[in-house]
Amino acid sequence: MASEELLFDPSLKKRKKKNVAFHVDPLGADADPTTPAPTTIDDTTLNGDPVDMGQKTAHERMKENGSLKGGDAEEPEKKEEDDLNAMFGDLKKKKKKKKDIPLDLKKKKKPKKAALDMEAFEKELHDSKAKDAEEDEGLEAQPEEMDEAELGDDPFAGGNASGLDAGNEPWLKSDRDYLYPELLQRFYAQLHASNPALLTSAGKRYTIAPPQLAREGNKKTIFVNVSDICKRMHRPPEHVIQYMFAEMGTTGSVDGSGRLVIRGRFQQKQIEHVLRRYIVEYVTCKTCKSPDTLLTKENRIFFMSCESCGSRRSVNAIKTGFQAQVGKRSKNKTG
Amino acid sequence: MLPVFSCADPFADVGGTQDITTQQNYIHVRIQQRNGRKTLTTLQGLPKEYDAKKLLKAFKKEFACNGTLVDDEEAGKVIQLQGDQRTKISTFLVEEGIPRNTIKIHGF
Repeated sequence: MASEELLFDPSLKKRKKKNVAFHVDPLGADADPTTPAPTTIDDTTLNGDPVDMGQKTAHERMKENGSLKGGDAEEPEKKEEDDLNAMFGDLKKKKKKKKDIPLDLKKKKKPKKAALDMEAFEKELHDSKAKDAEEDEGLEAQPEEMDEAELGDDPFAGGNASGLDAGNEPWLKSDRDYLYPELLQRFYAQLHASNPALLTSAGKRYTIAPPQLAREGNKKTIFVNVSDICKRMHRPPEHVIQYMFAEMGTTGSVDGSGRLVIRGRFQQKQIEHVLRRYIVEYVTCKTCKSPDTLLTKENRIFFMSCESCGSRRSVNAIKTGFQAQVGKRSKNKTG
Repeated sequence: MLPVFSCADPFADVGGTQDITTQQNYIHVRIQQRNGRKTLTTLQGLPKEYDAKKLLKAFKKEFACNGTLVDDEEAGKVIQLQGDQRTKISTFLVEEGIPRNTIKIHGF
């Protein structure tokens, strides 16, 4: 757990939540099976205790949970004792965790005396946690509100589940010890659910604007944003156009406003496919996959030099290849 | 020269001549648009050890299309088929034991 906490440190809010979540989840899970339909007051106190204790360490929590389970139908006296213990535990915890979660600890300390206070605090916490809060509150509406709300973790997990599978795992409800792979998967699911940007931004993908096509008449296609795309790829438009014509086996011209008129009917998907292959062959560096390359011509041979890794290689010249005779032969004198 | 190594020799520093030879080793499969939604598939650069005439016959039977053999000054013997047969050609050739990386499919 400690290592996980350390890992979480850099990310501010998430770290808090997740720390709590990791600690509390086992508690919540344990609590659920033991007390399926709890009487509100008892559960709150009992649960409140474990929650506080939970913050110490996982092992302690587990032990306590076990004891609590055994005394599920405890007398009020025991509860009080538990409360006291919880308080102390909180103090200890606070000392330990102050660095990590000062806000949560302080808030939780005060409320423990009265369950009602707890709720208020929790709500504050929830408010501070923007979107997760909503989901948490939704869970609070349930009969076991006190526990879960106080924990704030289970609901949180549930909230994450909305994005991915996290929180829905069947083992959450069971008493058994959690396996590392399970927890790891849960962690990643929550991580990606709470910030989806990580999924897409991984590797910083190279994107170009989709080609805009228009139809001119019946047999010509106009590629509107050629120059824009060429600029984005840092390639001379002539080179790109030459490649496209060679690949598609057609001809065409550039009109006055920089648009490319292609003979033949083409769909955006097809043009995109051709552009994609152009990028693979003439833009991305074969060594490091970086699109940050320069194309230079020396002695009639094109060389591609990479700006990021410094590699330099020659690229294939664009060759049209065999063109079959299409259309009337009388129009084509040479054929 | 082994065709397997011809395309990716990382230590081949002299780009020009090397590229020309490798380009010739490829089997190019292209597509051309005709009028309407009709297309034409051309296969260029077939290795000498294959009989283009027999291959064309097999293609025509397999793909249920017509086709012809064209003698080109530069490209040599070129197989022309009616319709878009590019993927079919490549799978056919791969099944016949031609390495996939020597087949280059062009077009959209």
